[in-house]
Amino acid sequence: MSVNLASARVLRGLPQAAIACVAVVVVASFAPADGYYLNIFMQAATYAIAVTGLVIVLGYCGQISIAQAAFFGIGAYGVAIGTVDFGLGFFPSLVIGAAAAGLLGLILGLGSLRLGGHYLAMVTISFQQILTLVATNWIGFTHGPDGIRDIPRPTLLGFSFRNGHAFLALCLVTLVLVTLCVWRLKTGRLGRAMQAVRDNELAAGTCGIDVFSTKVIAFGLSAVVGGIGGGLFAGGFQYISPDQFSFSESIVLLTMALLGGVQSPFGALVGTGLLVILPEWLRFLRQVYLAVYGAAVILIMVFLPDGLWGLMLERVRRRAKPIEGGVAPLPLLAEHGEKSDEIVLDVQGIAKHFGGLKALDGVDLSVRRGSVHALIGPNGSGKSTFINVITGLYRPTAGRVIFAGRDITNSAPHLRNRAGLARTFQNIRVFRGMTVLENVMVGAERPGNDIAENPAAGVERALAALDFVGLRGDAHRQVGALSYGHQRYVEIARALAASPRMLLLDEPAAGLNLTEKQELGALLRRLKGHGLTILIIDHDMNLVEQVADHITVLNFGRRIADGLPNEVLANPDVIAAYLGEPRNEAA
Amino acid sequence: MAIFLQLLFTGLGIGAIYALVALGFVLLIRAASVVNFAQGQFAMVGAYMLVVCFNVLELPYLVSMALSVVLMGLFGVIFAFVTYWPLRHRGGLPVIISTIGASIFLENIVLVLYGPSPAVLPGLFDSPGFQVGPVFMDSQYLSILVSVALLVALQYFIFEKTLLGKKLQATSQDKEMASLLGIPVAGMILFTFAYSAMLGGLAGMLVAPVLFVSVGMGGLIALKAFAANIIGGYGSIPGAILGGLALGVAETLGAGYISVPYKDAFAFAMLLMFLMVRPQGLFGEKISEKA
Repeated sequence: MSVNLASARVLRGLPQAAIACVAVVVVASFAPADGYYLNIFMQAATYAIAVTGLVIVLGYCGQISIAQAAFFGIGAYGVAIGTVDFGLGFFPSLVIGAAAAGLLGLILGLGSLRLGGHYLAMVTISFQQILTLVATNWIGFTHGPDGIRDIPRPTLLGFSFRNGHAFLALCLVTLVLVTLCVWRLKTGRLGRAMQAVRDNELAAGTCGIDVFSTKVIAFGLSAVVGGIGGGLFAGGFQYISPDQFSFSESIVLLTMALLGGVQSPFGALVGTGLLVILPEWLRFLRQVYLAVYGAAVILIMVFLPDGLWGLMLERVRRRAKPIEGGVAPLPLLAEHGEKSDEIVLDVQGIAKHFGGLKALDGVDLSVRRGSVHALIGPNGSGKSTFINVITGLYRPTAGRVIFAGRDITNSAPHLRNRAGLARTFQNIRVFRGMTVLENVMVGAERPGNDIAENPAAGVERALAALDFVGLRGDAHRQVGALSYGHQRYVEIARALAASPRMLLLDEPAAGLNLTEKQELGALLRRLKGHGLTILIIDHDMNLVEQVADHITVLNFGRRIADGLPNEVLANPDVIAAYLGEPRNEAA
Repeated sequence: MAIFLQLLFTGLGIGAIYALVALGFVLLIRAASVVNFAQGQFAMVGAYMLVVCFNVLELPYLVSMALSVVLMGLFGVIFAFVTYWPLRHRGGLPVIISTIGASIFLENIVLVLYGPSPAVLPGLFDSPGFQVGPVFMDSQYLSILVSVALLVALQYFIFEKTLLGKKLQATSQDKEMASLLGIPVAGMILFTFAYSAMLGGLAGMLVAPVLFVSVGMGGLIALKAFAANIIGGYGSIPGAILGGLALGVAETLGAGYISVPYKDAFAFAMLLMFLMVRPQGLFGEKISEKA
């Protein structure tokens, strides 16, 4: 199974792409060699490349860029200035232009992507305006508003791309290759990480994904792809001027992506094709076409959120076939199981103050390898704060967190996951735009996992984890279609697939009905049987009693009891904390 | 020194406009978590309403302004129903994109209706202004500053001292809890849209005599207002006001002493600088998502 999967993945899409290349070359050679229709084709092909870039950043990674025309323009100016003013070849100029676009994209991304999605939108709008200003005013470098004419087309290895057919073929073949790469990106590890970031940044971070870098890479890639499209555009039209790369063109590109469907490069092709050709048919709209585009954006968002391509897919979606055959058992015990006295998680004197409120006030806790450790306490006792400190969402005011011998007190959440700390959330945080299997694969692919570099093994590990929680039959369903209880199992499977040193369960019974709670109890007993180290936070006493080897009780931010379950649960302080102090008159 | 003071005065005047647009922007973020990319077009639409009322219908100036402000309130509600209401449960991204669509639509529909040539509006006062020491107090800039100061005071009064203000604040802090307490959350959000459109429209009307009234006037103002929000601190009301003023001054000084063609680049440079060095802005808190 693994061999087939692996070889299938390497070749994925290549035969189709090869056929598409031949087809587009044939089409290009029959296209009119000059004039109006050639220009339309040229525009469609180069725009489509740029729109495919938007699929990466907006569709996969969920970040809004409104400067795709600016990156397109940088690529175009790279080719124009490189060839006309510096006498460089076409292809070196194209590389310089695309690299410049990518570099500027990285800088913008580094500045804005640490924050929410709308920051990038604002920064890219500003960037777009600045670029137009520079292109218009820096006459010595950009030739100013007159633009640059007589941009040469290349020859490569003795083959000339000087005539229209040949250059169009070059653009189309590039488009096919870019489409192939972007399509394959989606189902690869990086693409999955991007989609995880899009769907839930917090959960992505706790699955070991460096959220910030992933966003920056997505934005940088989209800028490079935009630059490539622009470079080819400059060669295609042999004349460029600043107004071709203005804000309104960025909106046109955005509309193309949204109309076609931003989740897939094929959507980009559909959207671009329609919007390049439609205006030619709808010439009477010439005056109002941008108003129509604006209205179209709103209508698409309301009525066609997945675009035309998404709509088509929905119509023809086949029932995914269930996965046959057995899977290897989940190697839960392989590395970190074996019960011992080794302390996996050592929390020393953790304090977290919010202003005057001491949510945690010097809490110690140590989890031993192979044990199930429960942390309980009434509402407001500091459990959630504790978990947020352990997983890196809060920085503690004082104290240290040692995990597997390393001080992780100040590590980012994704680095803690890489060290082997996997968690689930009280309010379920699955990646809603992805299938069950993809969700779990994100967990399996945590950097540091033994199979992280091997995609086929990742699939197997994810299937094994789904098998363990009993959801293998649902592997290809959209995760949002599952019941609440099953979504929690997907989260648990995602954490298990990461082969964690320790599993942290944050109120796993929250929101479950009685049957689901019983099933969860059974699942936890099985995990315990495998010897996985678990820290469970809950106030469902029934569940805790069933599985815990050791209980720590918090109240008002302090540890009030710590020890074996029967000792702790008989402790008068604990009873008082849960049931209230016995009243004097009753005594 | 005289030049510096003159630039400072002008900068504060233009900065007050940015502050007003930024204020409308931040109110929507707080009330509905909507990042409205058409906030600048509110100013543009407001200015054109004034043009229609005053230049075309030939109503008295103050009547035209009052009527335009009321119409802007109505416009804000319609805007909310089209761009926000159908998408309110789908997260931030779709609403952002739909407001971007709305901004394009508004600019271009006004272009179609009114044509590309800019309109000219007279100032609020006939006198061009008066001299105070080395500084010439332009009457329109002065009216802008006074109006914005009055508006900010009024808003402070409404938000801090009235029941309506308390309900609005409750809505922005916790919608679920607010609705459990019987506050009509949807109504509060619609009110915020209306109010935000009125603020934006008023900014456009006040700045109209200084700039020409043109289709593109909103886009640049909005960019400056966004930048003002980030510089002041995302989601902070005093931040929006101070950020707007600071930006207006910085940009006017930059244009005066460094370069005129790149005047609009200073806002961007300041924005990037803040993003790199102090992303929470002057007044912002670090907001992190809770598990």
